[in-house]
Amino acid sequence: MSTVVDTHLDHDDHHDHKPTGIKRWLFTTNHKDIGTLYLLFSFLMFFVGGTMALVIRAELFQPGMQIVDPHFFNQMTTMHGLIMVFGAVMPAFTGLANWMIPMMIGAPDMALPRMNNWSFWILPFAFIILMSSMLMPGGGPAFGWTFYAPLSTTYSTDSTALFVFAIHIMGISSIMGAINVIVTIMNMRAPGMTYMRMPLFVWTWFITAFLLIAVMPVLAGVVTMVLTDKYFATSFFDAAGGGDPVLFQHLFWFFGHPEVYIMILPSFGIVSAIIPAFARKPLFGYASMVYATAAIAGLSFLVWAHHMFTTGMPVFASLFFMYMTMLIAVPTGVKVFNWVSTMWRGAMTFEPPMLFALAFVILFTIGGFSGIMLALTPVDYQYHDTYFVVAHFHYVLVSGAVFSIMAAAYYWLPKWSGYMPNEGLAKLHFWCSVISVNILFFPMHFVGLAGMPRRIPDYALQFADINAVVSVGAFLFGFSQLIFLAVVLKCMAKQGDKAPAKPWEGAEGLEWEVPSPAPYHTFDTPPTIEEPVR
Amino acid sequence: MKASLYRVLCAALVLMTPAAYAQTLQLNLTRGVTDVSQSVYSLHMYAFYVCAVIGVIVFAAMFWSMFRHRKSRGVQPAKFHDNVKVEIAWTIIPFLILIALALPATFLLIDMEDTDDSDLTVLVTGSQWRWDYEYFDYDVRYRSNMATMREQVYGNLEKGQNYLLEVDRPLVIPTQRKVRFLITSDDVIHSWWVPEFAVKKDANPGYINEAWTRVEEPGIYRGQCAELCGRDHAFMPVVVIAMEPDDFESWITNEETRLAEQRAEEERLLEMQMDMSELMSLGESVYVAQCAACHQPNGRGVPGVFPALAGEGVSVDPNGIDEHIDVVVNGVRGSAMQAYRSQLSMRELAAVITYERNAWGNDTGDEIQAADIHNFIQGNNN
Repeated sequence: MSTVVDTHLDHDDHHDHKPTGIKRWLFTTNHKDIGTLYLLFSFLMFFVGGTMALVIRAELFQPGMQIVDPHFFNQMTTMHGLIMVFGAVMPAFTGLANWMIPMMIGAPDMALPRMNNWSFWILPFAFIILMSSMLMPGGGPAFGWTFYAPLSTTYSTDSTALFVFAIHIMGISSIMGAINVIVTIMNMRAPGMTYMRMPLFVWTWFITAFLLIAVMPVLAGVVTMVLTDKYFATSFFDAAGGGDPVLFQHLFWFFGHPEVYIMILPSFGIVSAIIPAFARKPLFGYASMVYATAAIAGLSFLVWAHHMFTTGMPVFASLFFMYMTMLIAVPTGVKVFNWVSTMWRGAMTFEPPMLFALAFVILFTIGGFSGIMLALTPVDYQYHDTYFVVAHFHYVLVSGAVFSIMAAAYYWLPKWSGYMPNEGLAKLHFWCSVISVNILFFPMHFVGLAGMPRRIPDYALQFADINAVVSVGAFLFGFSQLIFLAVVLKCMAKQGDKAPAKPWEGAEGLEWEVPSPAPYHTFDTPPTIEEPVR
Repeated sequence: MKASLYRVLCAALVLMTPAAYAQTLQLNLTRGVTDVSQSVYSLHMYAFYVCAVIGVIVFAAMFWSMFRHRKSRGVQPAKFHDNVKVEIAWTIIPFLILIALALPATFLLIDMEDTDDSDLTVLVTGSQWRWDYEYFDYDVRYRSNMATMREQVYGNLEKGQNYLLEVDRPLVIPTQRKVRFLITSDDVIHSWWVPEFAVKKDANPGYINEAWTRVEEPGIYRGQCAELCGRDHAFMPVVVIAMEPDDFESWITNEETRLAEQRAEEERLLEMQMDMSELMSLGESVYVAQCAACHQPNGRGVPGVFPALAGEGVSVDPNGIDEHIDVVVNGVRGSAMQAYRSQLSMRELAAVITYERNAWGNDTGDEIQAADIHNFIQGNNN
């Protein structure tokens, strides 16, 4: 059934009319408000998770136990991982999706605005539950963010119940967010905005949303099994009752590997918007970018067991997962080659968004190289569970995903706030970050190859020098982010130069056709698209 | 036996000297001491060079364009945005490079997973936070605990050269023999790793994994648990001594005899009463080695994780002696408390229980003797 409602009747009434104060934010159904909430929440979580990382690095500055107890150290590594994955990176992308997708496809809002409000507002409660579990006797979760059974079942403390509940809420939030993205993109594109004319950020989020819907229920299932194994005497993961602890890892990583791509595909979209804008040249190989994204997403379901080579799989299973994992390098390589070709013979300038996008391409590619090395099962036996792996995934997640989020923030802050980010501070932030992130993560390759396992609070003496360097890098990187905070706060406080509708000369897309800051309601009447918008 | 062990240690020291210098700043994967570990090292370097060459080409193109194709040089941007031939080329070429990487990896993996025709089998069992070794075909099994003192960890004593990488009883294997490891766990998942053998295999509770090595040169090889296994994951080292086959044979025969004598001695000592001070001092040393990691040296445990023994629970319950013995001897199913029956002698069991009932102001005055433990186990069996 469909009803035709003439929205123009009360058009003038609701235009830019909104409740004020806390009610505006609690009850908002506006995609821009919800996007702002997501982004601010993610920023807060980024600092909380970052502080935990600094506790970890402070303890690891020297061999020996100086600052925290090993059990508390394990809580820090666990909570750092959970908060950064579920609290910082994923909500940041959802915030960007909320803000940008409707504007990029010429839609007035997300398709399901009330659900949008709900999917944000359950998140703070999930994290309050998760973090308050650290106040329980025995502390919070201490089994790593991967919560391998039976460490998380028989051998965990009672905070596990809260952990499971918090993960359930985060999962529901992500699924609702993903449904909203898919419904919006499929139904609310402006006339002429065909699929193959959509900006790549929209494409990558469209594919990411399908990944989320596919794997979040698997995560919900596996945490529920942990709950029933611990409290209701099931034995999914207990051999004594006919279960198998390795089954846990298969289920977890069937979620976990696509999850890794959930945290990087939107980055590809961001970088594919920024590089053409500052190279003043159309994106090279738009269609192949779309196909490569889809290929990566498809392959992500066939590689999960490369996290489990040492669990004792049959040789042929190991070989299958090794080949599939290596295959991912092909579409990923296509993307990197496309970005470089976009720059080639362009006319480049190096404003802060471009600096972060370029650093993304280089540092993410380094993470990709260590990824290829890790895919080789025989050498993975040596790398597995060492700092080499820690270096690898921080290259793709921090100097990859997080750098792309910073690039996006600098690129779209003028549109969000109406003010230009302070260029001097932003460049200072970039150079401090890009240097310190390499002091922080590059030496981890060495200490991992030399044989230092991950998730240990104390280590043998031959690892001492490199760990000291890494810890110094960590504190430099952590404190550099206060510059970012200052830039964002200045924009929010309406300080600095006013932004024009299109502050970047080479930028393309519908979002630049509305004023800065973007009005509360945009594209009430859909635009018509004739030329491809990239 | 002692002489041969000494010889091995000396040889190992000489062998280790260059490594000890390199140890000050090792930046790369170890070459290791087996054929397999050398092949793994070669594959690692091969993959690294392939990545490095690709990286240099891609980043050179990128930096060239960042320096040459910048607006400040007054260039006009080109308009091209597609080139099917180029795109096909950079899909196919990486694919071929990957095949060149996958082929050696495949053959090496098949070799590494072939545990057939081994000369010796050792069962490796992880538990929080130590390793147990049991030799097949010999009546030899023992437990290997970290030997680094807690005072070193907490900075009250200077850290030794092998800080966190030393154990009280290393695993001993013969050189030039294919040694098969069967790896399992008593509680959570651990991972048995010796970098110099390129052997890392998870120890999964309830399941048995296989791995193998064939060490050419005698020496001492160190590694540690690689899978997060709880609070003391960092304090669970692996040390393996590789000996010439003849030395190994004499070592293991001696060890069999020694362990058999120890058991006979224990039978004989059952009738002997230990006095309180003897029980307490033996009990304390057992407690520090086996129990303090969880229940803490002060007996207060970790609230919500490991129960306290000081001033509460079964250790101060006057009628709880049998239950106390039961917990220590048989463990508590579904918890981190493991069964110590096969890990400790009856004297040690008696002493540690006496210690727990009288230390930290518990002062129950109960004295448990080895015979009590013996009677408890016998009673259980009937």
